[in-house]
Amino acid sequence: MPSEIVNKYFRTNKLPQIWCPGCGHGIITRAITVAIDKLGLDRDKICIVSGIGCSSRAPGYMDFDTLHTTHGRALAFATGIKMANPELKVIVITGDGDATAIGGNHLIHACRRNIDITTIIYNNNIYGMTGGQYSPTTPKFDKGTTVPYGNVDKAFDIPALAIAAGATYVGRSTAYHTQLLISLIENGIKNEGFSLIEAISVCPTYYGRKNKKGSAVEMLEWQKEHAVNIAAASKMTPESLDGKFLIGEFKNSPEPEYTREYQKIIDRLKKE
Amino acid sequence: MNINETVTDKLVVNENWCKGCGICVKFCPKNVLKIENEKVKIVDIDKCIQCGLCELRCPDYAIYVRGK
Ligand SMILES: Cc1ncc(C[n+]2csc(CCOP(=O)(O)OP(=O)(O)O)c2C)c(N)n1
Ligand code: SF4
Ligand code: SF4
Ligand code: SF4
Ligand SMILES: [Mg+2]
Repeated sequence: MPSEIVNKYFRTNKLPQIWCPGCGHGIITRAITVAIDKLGLDRDKICIVSGIGCSSRAPGYMDFDTLHTTHGRALAFATGIKMANPELKVIVITGDGDATAIGGNHLIHACRRNIDITTIIYNNNIYGMTGGQYSPTTPKFDKGTTVPYGNVDKAFDIPALAIAAGATYVGRSTAYHTQLLISLIENGIKNEGFSLIEAISVCPTYYGRKNKKGSAVEMLEWQKEHAVNIAAASKMTPESLDGKFLIGEFKNSPEPEYTREYQKIIDRLKKE
Repeated sequence: MNINETVTDKLVVNENWCKGCGICVKFCPKNVLKIENEKVKIVDIDKCIQCGLCELRCPDYAIYVRGK
Protein backbone atom coordinates (compact mmCIF):
# COMPACT_ATOMS: atom_id res chain seq x y z
CA MET A 1 0.00 0.00 0.00
CA PRO A 2 1.31 3.46 -0.82
CA SER A 3 1.00 6.20 1.81
CA GLU A 4 -2.43 7.64 2.54
CA ILE A 5 -1.76 10.86 0.65
CA VAL A 6 -0.40 9.04 -2.41
CA ASN A 7 -3.24 6.54 -2.37
CA LYS A 8 -5.77 9.34 -2.15
CA TYR A 9 -4.45 11.75 -4.77
CA PHE A 10 -2.34 9.78 -7.25
CA ARG A 11 -3.13 7.39 -10.09
CA THR A 12 -1.06 4.76 -8.35
CA ASN A 13 -1.28 2.35 -11.28
CA LYS A 14 0.82 4.88 -13.25
CA LEU A 15 3.60 5.03 -10.61
CA PRO A 16 6.55 5.20 -10.40
CA GLN A 17 6.76 8.22 -12.65
CA ILE A 18 8.88 8.27 -15.78
CA TRP A 19 11.14 10.95 -14.23
CA CYS A 20 14.85 10.29 -13.67
CA PRO A 21 16.16 9.20 -10.24
CA GLY A 22 16.28 12.25 -7.94
CA CYS A 23 14.26 14.51 -10.25
CA GLY A 24 12.84 17.30 -8.10
CA HIS A 25 9.53 17.27 -9.98
CA GLY A 26 8.26 14.34 -7.87
CA ILE A 27 8.85 16.24 -4.63
CA ILE A 28 6.93 19.28 -5.90
CA THR A 29 4.04 17.18 -7.22
CA ARG A 30 3.50 15.54 -3.84
CA ALA A 31 3.71 18.95 -2.17
CA ILE A 32 0.80 20.16 -4.32
CA THR A 33 -1.38 17.24 -3.19
CA VAL A 34 -0.50 17.90 0.46
CA ALA A 35 -1.53 21.55 0.06
CA ILE A 36 -4.83 20.49 -1.54
CA ASP A 37 -5.40 18.01 1.27
CA LYS A 38 -4.70 20.60 3.96
CA LEU A 39 -7.22 22.96 2.38
CA GLY A 40 -9.84 20.20 2.41
CA LEU A 41 -10.96 21.10 -1.11
CA ASP A 42 -13.62 19.11 -2.97
CA ARG A 43 -11.53 17.27 -5.56
CA ASP A 44 -14.40 17.32 -8.06
CA LYS A 45 -14.13 21.09 -8.07
CA ILE A 46 -10.44 21.07 -8.99
CA CYS A 47 -9.01 21.01 -12.48
CA ILE A 48 -5.26 20.64 -13.03
CA VAL A 49 -3.88 21.79 -16.36
CA SER A 50 -0.38 21.50 -17.82
CA GLY A 51 1.55 22.23 -21.01
CA ILE A 52 4.45 20.14 -22.33
CA GLY A 53 7.70 19.15 -20.61
CA CYS A 54 8.88 16.76 -17.91
CA SER A 55 7.12 19.04 -15.41
CA SER A 56 3.94 19.11 -17.44
CA ARG A 57 3.69 15.33 -17.16
CA ALA A 58 2.83 15.68 -13.48
CA PRO A 59 -0.97 15.91 -13.83
CA GLY A 60 -0.93 12.54 -15.61
CA TYR A 61 -0.04 10.99 -12.27
CA MET A 62 -2.58 12.98 -10.28
CA ASP A 63 -6.07 11.64 -9.66
CA PHE A 64 -8.12 14.76 -10.42
CA ASP A 65 -9.78 16.13 -13.53
CA THR A 66 -6.62 16.90 -15.46
CA LEU A 67 -5.78 18.30 -18.86
CA HIS A 68 -2.43 17.89 -20.61
CA THR A 69 -2.39 20.54 -23.33
CA THR A 70 0.12 21.91 -25.86
CA HIS A 71 3.50 23.51 -25.25
CA GLY A 72 3.21 26.92 -23.61
CA ARG A 73 -0.58 26.99 -23.73
CA ALA A 74 -1.59 25.63 -20.32
CA LEU A 75 -2.69 29.08 -19.16
CA ALA A 76 -4.74 29.65 -22.30
CA PHE A 77 -6.64 26.38 -21.75
CA ALA A 78 -6.91 27.09 -18.02
CA THR A 79 -8.38 30.52 -18.74
CA GLY A 80 -11.04 28.90 -20.91
CA ILE A 81 -11.87 26.38 -18.20
CA LYS A 82 -12.14 29.05 -15.52
CA MET A 83 -14.31 31.30 -17.73
CA ALA A 84 -16.63 28.42 -18.60
CA ASN A 85 -16.91 27.27 -15.00
CA PRO A 86 -15.80 29.89 -12.47
CA GLU A 87 -16.72 27.51 -9.63
CA LEU A 88 -13.64 25.41 -10.32
CA LYS A 89 -10.31 25.78 -8.58
CA VAL A 90 -7.94 25.75 -11.53
CA ILE A 91 -4.32 24.80 -10.95
CA VAL A 92 -1.67 25.03 -13.66
CA ILE A 93 1.50 22.95 -13.56
CA THR A 94 4.16 24.15 -15.97
CA GLY A 95 7.92 24.34 -16.51
CA ASP A 96 10.33 27.24 -16.88
CA GLY A 97 10.39 26.67 -20.64
CA ASP A 98 6.66 26.07 -20.95
CA ALA A 99 5.72 29.11 -18.87
CA THR A 100 8.40 31.70 -19.57
CA ALA A 101 9.65 30.90 -23.10
CA ILE A 102 6.96 29.70 -25.52
CA GLY A 103 4.20 30.54 -23.00
CA GLY A 104 5.63 33.81 -21.74
CA ASN A 105 2.97 36.00 -23.26
CA HIS A 106 0.14 33.91 -21.81
CA LEU A 107 1.85 34.17 -18.44
CA ILE A 108 2.07 37.96 -18.29
CA HIS A 109 -1.50 38.42 -19.47
CA ALA A 110 -2.89 35.90 -16.98
CA CYS A 111 -1.04 37.86 -14.27
CA ARG A 112 -2.45 41.14 -15.58
CA ARG A 113 -6.02 39.86 -15.62
CA ASN A 114 -5.84 38.51 -12.10
CA ILE A 115 -7.87 35.46 -13.13
CA ASP A 116 -8.30 32.95 -10.29
CA ILE A 117 -5.71 30.38 -11.37
CA THR A 118 -2.87 29.06 -9.22
CA THR A 119 0.21 28.44 -11.33
CA ILE A 120 3.13 26.39 -10.08
CA ILE A 121 6.24 26.71 -12.23
CA TYR A 122 8.65 23.79 -11.81
CA ASN A 123 11.85 25.68 -12.54
CA ASN A 124 14.81 23.42 -13.25
CA ASN A 125 16.63 26.12 -15.27
CA ILE A 126 16.58 24.03 -18.46
CA TYR A 127 14.43 22.23 -21.03
CA GLY A 128 14.62 18.81 -19.42
CA MET A 129 12.35 16.85 -21.73
CA THR A 130 14.06 17.72 -24.99
CA GLY A 131 17.62 17.18 -23.83
CA GLY A 132 18.96 20.16 -21.94
CA GLN A 133 18.51 23.24 -24.13
CA TYR A 134 18.88 26.50 -22.20
CA SER A 135 15.73 28.27 -21.04
CA PRO A 136 14.90 31.84 -20.01
CA THR A 137 15.86 30.90 -16.43
CA THR A 138 19.25 29.35 -17.19
CA PRO A 139 21.69 31.47 -15.18
CA LYS A 140 24.13 33.64 -17.10
CA PHE A 141 27.28 31.73 -18.18
CA ASP A 142 25.75 28.33 -17.37
CA LYS A 143 25.73 25.64 -20.04
CA GLY A 144 23.09 23.77 -21.99
CA THR A 145 23.04 21.79 -25.25
CA THR A 146 22.26 24.99 -27.18
CA VAL A 147 24.82 27.07 -25.20
CA PRO A 148 27.81 24.70 -25.06
CA TYR A 149 30.22 27.55 -24.26
CA GLY A 150 27.98 29.33 -21.75
CA ASN A 151 24.78 31.34 -21.91
CA VAL A 152 25.08 35.09 -22.36
CA ASP A 153 21.38 35.87 -21.83
CA LYS A 154 20.24 37.34 -18.54
CA ALA A 155 17.85 35.01 -16.70
CA PHE A 156 14.28 35.94 -15.82
CA ASP A 157 13.48 36.43 -12.16
CA ILE A 158 10.06 34.74 -12.32
CA PRO A 159 8.51 36.28 -9.16
CA ALA A 160 9.67 39.77 -10.18
CA LEU A 161 8.16 39.23 -13.63
CA ALA A 162 4.84 38.07 -12.15
CA ILE A 163 4.68 40.97 -9.70
CA ALA A 164 5.42 43.51 -12.44
CA ALA A 165 2.73 41.93 -14.63
CA GLY A 166 0.10 42.17 -11.86
CA ALA A 167 -0.20 38.76 -10.17
CA THR A 168 -1.76 39.22 -6.73
CA TYR A 169 -0.05 36.31 -4.93
CA VAL A 170 3.60 35.51 -5.62
CA GLY A 171 6.07 33.26 -3.84
CA ARG A 172 9.11 31.09 -4.37
CA SER A 173 10.39 27.98 -2.70
CA THR A 174 12.54 25.01 -3.61
CA ALA A 175 12.19 21.24 -3.73
CA TYR A 176 14.42 21.14 -0.63
CA HIS A 177 12.25 23.68 1.28
CA THR A 178 9.21 21.48 0.88
CA GLN A 179 7.21 22.64 3.92
CA LEU A 180 7.48 26.26 2.82
CA LEU A 181 6.48 25.20 -0.69
CA ILE A 182 3.35 23.49 0.66
CA SER A 183 2.30 26.58 2.60
CA LEU A 184 2.88 28.89 -0.39
CA ILE A 185 0.74 26.63 -2.59
CA GLU A 186 -1.98 26.60 0.08
CA ASN A 187 -1.99 30.39 0.31
CA GLY A 188 -1.81 30.72 -3.46
CA ILE A 189 -4.90 28.53 -3.89
CA LYS A 190 -6.69 30.52 -1.18
CA ASN A 191 -6.02 33.79 -3.00
CA GLU A 192 -8.96 34.51 -5.30
CA GLY A 193 -6.93 35.86 -8.18
CA PHE A 194 -3.81 34.96 -10.10
CA SER A 195 -1.25 33.24 -7.90
CA LEU A 196 2.18 32.28 -9.04
CA ILE A 197 4.50 30.00 -7.10
CA GLU A 198 7.96 29.34 -8.46
CA ALA A 199 9.09 25.93 -7.24
CA ILE A 200 12.80 25.56 -7.89
CA SER A 201 13.33 21.96 -8.93
CA VAL A 202 16.43 19.94 -9.72
CA CYS A 203 17.26 18.25 -13.03
CA PRO A 204 20.33 16.18 -12.25
CA THR A 205 20.28 14.59 -15.72
CA TYR A 206 20.68 17.73 -17.85
CA TYR A 207 21.13 20.95 -15.91
CA GLY A 208 23.10 19.20 -13.21
CA ARG A 209 25.35 17.20 -15.51
CA LYS A 210 26.02 20.01 -17.98
CA ASN A 211 26.98 22.37 -15.18
CA LYS A 212 28.84 19.92 -12.93
CA LYS A 213 26.38 20.44 -10.10
CA GLY A 214 26.67 16.87 -8.91
CA SER A 215 23.94 14.45 -7.91
CA ALA A 216 20.34 15.28 -7.00
CA VAL A 217 21.41 15.16 -3.35
CA GLU A 218 24.16 17.73 -3.95
CA MET A 219 21.79 19.95 -5.90
CA LEU A 220 19.28 19.91 -3.01
CA GLU A 221 22.09 20.68 -0.57
CA TRP A 222 22.96 23.68 -2.73
CA GLN A 223 19.35 24.87 -2.41
CA LYS A 224 19.52 24.43 1.34
CA GLU A 225 22.72 26.47 1.59
CA HIS A 226 21.88 29.28 -0.83
CA ALA A 227 18.22 30.09 -0.18
CA VAL A 228 17.36 32.83 2.30
CA ASN A 229 13.83 33.54 3.44
CA ILE A 230 12.73 37.05 2.58
CA ALA A 231 11.68 37.55 6.21
CA ALA A 232 15.25 36.90 7.39
CA ALA A 233 16.90 38.73 4.49
CA SER A 234 15.70 42.15 5.67
CA LYS A 235 17.87 41.77 8.77
CA MET A 236 20.96 40.64 6.87
CA THR A 237 23.85 42.67 5.45
CA PRO A 238 24.25 42.91 1.66
CA GLU A 239 27.57 41.04 1.95
CA SER A 240 25.99 38.08 3.71
CA LEU A 241 23.35 37.91 0.96
CA ASP A 242 25.97 37.76 -1.77
CA GLY A 243 25.43 34.70 -3.98
CA LYS A 244 22.18 33.85 -2.19
CA PHE A 245 18.63 33.85 -3.55
CA LEU A 246 15.35 34.68 -1.83
CA ILE A 247 12.49 32.34 -1.04
CA GLY A 248 9.20 32.98 0.76
CA GLU A 249 6.02 34.97 0.18
CA PHE A 250 6.85 37.97 -1.99
CA LYS A 251 3.38 39.40 -2.59
CA ASN A 252 -0.07 38.82 -1.14
CA SER A 253 -2.44 41.64 -2.00
CA PRO A 254 -5.86 40.58 -3.28
CA GLU A 255 -7.58 42.60 -6.00
CA PRO A 256 -10.91 42.10 -7.85
CA GLU A 257 -10.90 38.78 -9.70
CA TYR A 258 -11.39 38.54 -13.46
CA THR A 259 -14.33 36.11 -13.79
CA ARG A 260 -16.25 37.99 -11.08
CA GLU A 261 -15.67 41.31 -12.79
CA TYR A 262 -16.77 39.74 -16.07
CA GLN A 263 -19.94 38.40 -14.44
CA LYS A 264 -20.73 41.85 -13.08
CA ILE A 265 -20.83 43.21 -16.62
CA ILE A 266 -23.11 40.37 -17.73
CA ASP A 267 -25.42 41.04 -14.78
CA ARG A 268 -25.46 44.77 -15.47
CA LEU A 269 -26.28 44.32 -19.16
CA LYS A 270 -29.08 41.87 -18.33
CA LYS A 271 -30.73 44.54 -16.20
CA GLU A 272 -30.43 47.30 -18.79
CA MET B 1 0.33 -2.09 -9.04
CA ASN B 2 3.81 -3.41 -8.64
CA ILE B 3 4.69 -3.40 -4.95
CA ASN B 4 7.49 -5.05 -3.04
CA GLU B 5 7.38 -3.64 0.45
CA THR B 6 9.36 -3.65 3.65
CA VAL B 7 6.95 -2.85 6.46
CA THR B 8 8.15 -1.94 9.96
CA ASP B 9 6.27 -0.37 12.87
CA LYS B 10 7.60 3.05 11.94
CA LEU B 11 8.31 3.07 8.23
CA VAL B 12 7.22 1.51 4.97
CA VAL B 13 9.60 1.17 2.03
CA ASN B 14 8.52 0.16 -1.46
CA GLU B 15 11.61 -1.17 -3.22
CA ASN B 16 9.90 -1.28 -6.59
CA TRP B 17 9.25 2.46 -6.67
CA CYS B 18 12.63 3.43 -5.14
CA LYS B 19 15.11 4.74 -7.73
CA GLY B 20 18.02 4.84 -5.30
CA CYS B 21 18.55 8.61 -5.53
CA GLY B 22 19.73 8.81 -1.90
CA ILE B 23 17.73 11.94 -1.02
CA CYS B 24 16.02 10.30 1.97
CA VAL B 25 19.35 8.92 3.19
CA LYS B 26 21.10 12.29 3.06
CA PHE B 27 18.40 14.34 4.78
CA CYS B 28 17.34 11.83 7.45
CA PRO B 29 18.44 13.53 10.69
CA LYS B 30 19.03 10.18 12.45
CA ASN B 31 20.96 8.15 9.85
CA VAL B 32 18.30 5.47 9.73
CA LEU B 33 18.74 4.67 6.04
CA LYS B 34 21.34 3.69 3.48
CA ILE B 35 21.53 2.74 -0.19
CA GLU B 36 22.35 -0.85 -1.05
CA ASN B 37 22.25 -2.23 -4.58
CA GLU B 38 20.67 1.02 -5.78
CA LYS B 39 17.74 0.75 -3.38
CA VAL B 40 17.01 2.31 -0.02
CA LYS B 41 17.51 0.09 3.00
CA ILE B 42 16.62 0.56 6.65
CA VAL B 43 19.74 0.10 8.75
CA ASP B 44 18.62 1.23 12.21
CA ILE B 45 14.87 1.49 12.68
CA ASP B 46 15.27 2.08 16.44
CA LYS B 47 16.75 5.50 15.74
CA CYS B 48 13.83 6.61 13.55
CA ILE B 49 11.86 9.47 15.14
CA GLN B 50 9.15 9.40 12.46
CA CYS B 51 9.85 13.02 11.54
CA GLY B 52 8.63 12.33 8.01
CA LEU B 53 11.45 14.18 6.23
CA CYS B 54 12.19 11.14 4.08
CA GLU B 55 8.56 10.98 2.99
CA LEU B 56 8.44 14.74 2.38
CA ARG B 57 11.34 14.68 -0.07
CA CYS B 58 11.20 11.25 -1.69
CA PRO B 59 10.49 12.07 -5.36
CA ASP B 60 9.08 8.60 -5.92
CA TYR B 61 6.82 8.12 -2.87
CA ALA B 62 8.77 4.96 -2.06
CA ILE B 63 9.16 5.61 1.67
CA TYR B 64 6.69 6.82 4.26
CA VAL B 65 6.01 7.03 7.94
CA ARG B 66 3.51 4.55 9.26
CA GLY B 67 0.59 5.18 11.59
CA LYS B 68 0.97 8.94 11.76
C1 LIG C 1 5.23 23.85 -30.20
C2 LIG C 1 6.31 23.00 -29.61
N1 LIG C 1 7.58 23.42 -29.67
C3 LIG C 1 8.56 22.69 -29.10
C4 LIG C 1 8.27 21.51 -28.49
C5 LIG C 1 9.40 20.67 -27.89
N2 LIG C 1 9.45 20.76 -26.45
C6 LIG C 1 8.86 19.80 -25.66
S1 LIG C 1 9.10 20.05 -24.03
C7 LIG C 1 10.02 21.45 -24.34
C8 LIG C 1 10.66 22.24 -23.24
C9 LIG C 1 10.13 21.95 -21.88
O1 LIG C 1 10.86 22.66 -20.92
P1 LIG C 1 10.25 22.99 -19.53
O2 LIG C 1 8.92 23.62 -19.65
O3 LIG C 1 11.27 23.77 -18.77
O4 LIG C 1 9.99 21.57 -18.87
P2 LIG C 1 11.00 20.51 -18.21
O5 LIG C 1 11.08 19.38 -19.19
O6 LIG C 1 12.32 21.17 -18.00
O7 LIG C 1 10.34 20.13 -16.92
C10 LIG C 1 10.12 21.70 -25.73
C11 LIG C 1 10.87 22.82 -26.30
C12 LIG C 1 6.93 21.10 -28.43
N3 LIG C 1 6.55 19.96 -27.81
N4 LIG C 1 5.97 21.86 -29.00
S1 SF4 D 1 15.39 15.18 -17.70
FE1 SF4 D 1 15.59 16.41 -15.85
S2 SF4 D 1 13.53 17.30 -15.53
FE2 SF4 D 1 13.31 15.57 -16.96
S3 SF4 D 1 12.84 13.78 -15.65
FE3 SF4 D 1 15.05 13.79 -15.96
S4 SF4 D 1 15.85 14.93 -14.18
FE4 SF4 D 1 13.66 15.39 -14.33
S1 SF4 E 1 11.03 9.47 9.50
FE1 SF4 E 1 12.73 10.87 9.93
S2 SF4 E 1 14.09 9.71 11.25
FE2 SF4 E 1 12.72 8.21 10.33
S3 SF4 E 1 13.83 7.48 8.51
FE3 SF4 E 1 12.50 9.16 7.86
S4 SF4 E 1 13.80 10.98 7.95
FE4 SF4 E 1 14.81 9.37 9.17
S1 SF4 F 1 14.32 9.28 -1.68
FE1 SF4 F 1 12.85 7.72 -2.35
S2 SF4 F 1 13.59 7.05 -4.36
FE2 SF4 F 1 15.28 8.18 -3.38
S3 SF4 F 1 16.48 6.57 -2.33
FE3 SF4 F 1 15.00 7.33 -0.85
S4 SF4 F 1 13.21 5.96 -1.04
FE4 SF4 F 1 14.48 5.65 -2.85
MG1 LIG G 1 12.55 23.14 -17.30
